[in-house]
Amino acid sequence: MTARIVLLHGAMILALFVAQFVVSDYAVLTITRIMVLAIYATGYNILFGYAGLLSLGHAMFFATGLYAAALGVTRLGLAAPEALLFALVCGIVVSFIIGLIALRATGVAFMIVTLMFSQAAFLTILYFGDITRGDEGIVIKDDQRVFSLLGTPMNLADPVLRYNIALAFLAVAIVLCLIVVRSKIGHVLVAIRENENRTAMLGYDVKRYKLIAFVLSGSFAAFAGAAYALLFAYAGSTLASIQYSINPLLWTLLGGAATVLGPVLGTAMMFLLVDFASSFTSASLLFVGVVLILLVLFFPKGILGTIRQRWWRWLP
Amino acid sequence: MTVLLETRGLSKSFGGLKAVSDVDFRIEKGEVRAVIGPNGAGKTTFVSLISGRVAPSAGTILFEGADVTDLPAFRRVQMGIAYTFQITSIYANLSVAENVALAAHQPGGKASLEPLERVGLADRAPQIAGTLAYGHQRLLEVAMGLALKPKLLILDEPTQGLSDAEIDNFITLVRDVAKDATVLLIEHNMPLVMELAHRITVLDRGMILAEGTAEDIRANAAVQAAYLGTG
Repeated sequence: MTARIVLLHGAMILALFVAQFVVSDYAVLTITRIMVLAIYATGYNILFGYAGLLSLGHAMFFATGLYAAALGVTRLGLAAPEALLFALVCGIVVSFIIGLIALRATGVAFMIVTLMFSQAAFLTILYFGDITRGDEGIVIKDDQRVFSLLGTPMNLADPVLRYNIALAFLAVAIVLCLIVVRSKIGHVLVAIRENENRTAMLGYDVKRYKLIAFVLSGSFAAFAGAAYALLFAYAGSTLASIQYSINPLLWTLLGGAATVLGPVLGTAMMFLLVDFASSFTSASLLFVGVVLILLVLFFPKGILGTIRQRWWRWLP
Repeated sequence: MTVLLETRGLSKSFGGLKAVSDVDFRIEKGEVRAVIGPNGAGKTTFVSLISGRVAPSAGTILFEGADVTDLPAFRRVQMGIAYTFQITSIYANLSVAENVALAAHQPGGKASLEPLERVGLADRAPQIAGTLAYGHQRLLEVAMGLALKPKLLILDEPTQGLSDAEIDNFITLVRDVAKDATVLLIEHNMPLVMELAHRITVLDRGMILAEGTAEDIRANAAVQAAYLGTG
């Protein structure tokens, strides 16, 4: 791995670490949320940006982690770290099964199949309202947010602890993503995106590689969902809705698909945009919509995608 | 001489149309074999069956004695059957070097540029493949086939759209390739076929019409009838 890549990604993580000492309490909370959702976007980008598969149903994997963690803590009596692992395993299993089925389709059909599964999952959550508490959602009580790690007591209600946990998770996600995209797998995924037929005729098991990308991306989503539930003590059906399938797509496009830091930047930019727009208009989403249209028209490769195209060819 | 590839009763129908009909075919190790025939004779379908891009309706395919009829295309490529597309199919957005590296199963790494040297594209390694001239893209396609280190290299109309000078270079290239691989060549360019092929198989309406050396085929009345329509 070349030095400047390590430097750039290290600097990003360091900047986020330093940020907690200089920004307001409100900003600490917002950045915590952005970092958790950026993990979701980072995983989405592996499937969409690198493998070129557009899923419209990733909210189901986010929700899998979200509910596995929330129910794990509230119903099964798991401690927070156990619930996180449990949610990750659920995410791997669910994305593997859904991937086996959905990857039989390609192109638009793949989008529809993932959307269908996701909507079915959303409706299932509402249907089992006595367990999931539907729209109202599950609230994790304060005493369930306390756990001990290597003998040290931890309380997830503490904003500083929460911030640093989210940062650590995001750092791991970024490093994992870097490793994947720079490995043979990452290069083959790009080859599949660029020319699937050709890749099969070079002797690559295209189905297997696509499934790997699907499960990786579903697992990132489930992990992010679990972290979200545990850190913010809440799991509600809104987070399983179609909007949460579209969000990681928008974040990835905004920041730059097929760049490692693009989705992180995109998630942050979107939050900033909404925040900025809400300060002067109640029609903030209209403002965001206009910005997105301009982006697609003038910078179709997103922020980092454009930077890579024009200046930094080495950007992973 | 040992048989590298054999088909027995190989057939493929698309609806009512029999594109390939009951073909028994053998190709020996080290051979350069040309498959010729009029348009719509089933040549591309035939090699698609061999490479595994199309599943047969009936019949079996043996490669080095093993039944590969039910194997997916990528497994056959791994066994040594390489296919170069009739319509150029390269990674247009990736560099020439990365195209060959992918074929050598060393993507992103330091794959050997030897296949590029053999087709004369080594100096263009860093260039984005889509920006190559058409003739060079055809050569890259062949270089990718070579990078697979195949036992059987299937070239589907490789000289289509090439200039005469490029075709001359291509003849030299195929002779060179044939030193360590068996070549199955689908081609319309008759002078090229006559010059390169050890043996020629003529397909017509999905069936083998004739098979033999260039001399045999030239003298064959049935072949002349199929091509000239005087039958």
